[in-house]
Amino acid sequence: MAQTFGSKRTVVGAHYGLRDWLAQRVTGVVMALFTLAVIVQILLPGEMGYDKWAGMFSRQWMKVLTFITIVSLLWHAWVGVRDILMDYVKPLGTRLALQVATIVWLVGCVGWAVQVLWRL
Amino acid sequence: MADTVKQPPVYRNIHITQLPHYRLPAPGLVSILHRISGALLFVMLPFVIWLFDASITSEVSYAQFTSLFSAGWGGLPGWFFKLVALALIWAYVQHFIAGLRHIYMDVTHATGLAFGRGSAIATLIATAILTIALGAKLFI
Repeated sequence: MAQTFGSKRTVVGAHYGLRDWLAQRVTGVVMALFTLAVIVQILLPGEMGYDKWAGMFSRQWMKVLTFITIVSLLWHAWVGVRDILMDYVKPLGTRLALQVATIVWLVGCVGWAVQVLWRL
Repeated sequence: MADTVKQPPVYRNIHITQLPHYRLPAPGLVSILHRISGALLFVMLPFVIWLFDASITSEVSYAQFTSLFSAGWGGLPGWFFKLVALALIWAYVQHFIAGLRHIYMDVTHATGLAFGRGSAIATLIATAILTIALGAKLFI
């Protein structure tokens, strides 16, 4: 079998996962910042209830931050679930089917979340 | 560059029946919990979006959101949904803190055994404390 790793790796322009690795970290930081923004606003004075909760998400900057977080979640979850599938599901056909199902699942969830966010 | 590796090492997943015989150190535990919590959050995503939807759309839907945890839904009691929410809280906190640990290790190149072990134990303890605190707020 031809050796396609180490110094003789086939250069295919696929970045060998570097982009996904970096994307997972960047999107993780985005979601962490969103989490902090939510926690700080919850801790601000005022009784917790519908008015305070809905008011938090009625501000435009919060809507934009939430939207960026939803898209980050899509990307982050895709990389993570793909990692899990690559580790545990070896038959290529099954793996591909599950990866397609993952994308469908995530895009559906993102569509719903964005709809909730912007009809407010 | 000289070829230092002639044969690619073959690693296979251990069989599921071997799992109880493996003594998993703290960093290994944090690693597999990162995976489990991530998968749980992925699977529960529609429920989370439903909660977001109900909690924020109107005062009527907000009342539905709170009644899910007090009166229950579909024959299931409210405490069942509180347990589900507690599982989600645990998964979020675990994934969040272990994720910060990942970022810290990547940024500072903290690859030592002692740091890996210490930070893994700290992750488990911090997750337990936060989950218990938030769970107390949920149930009491």
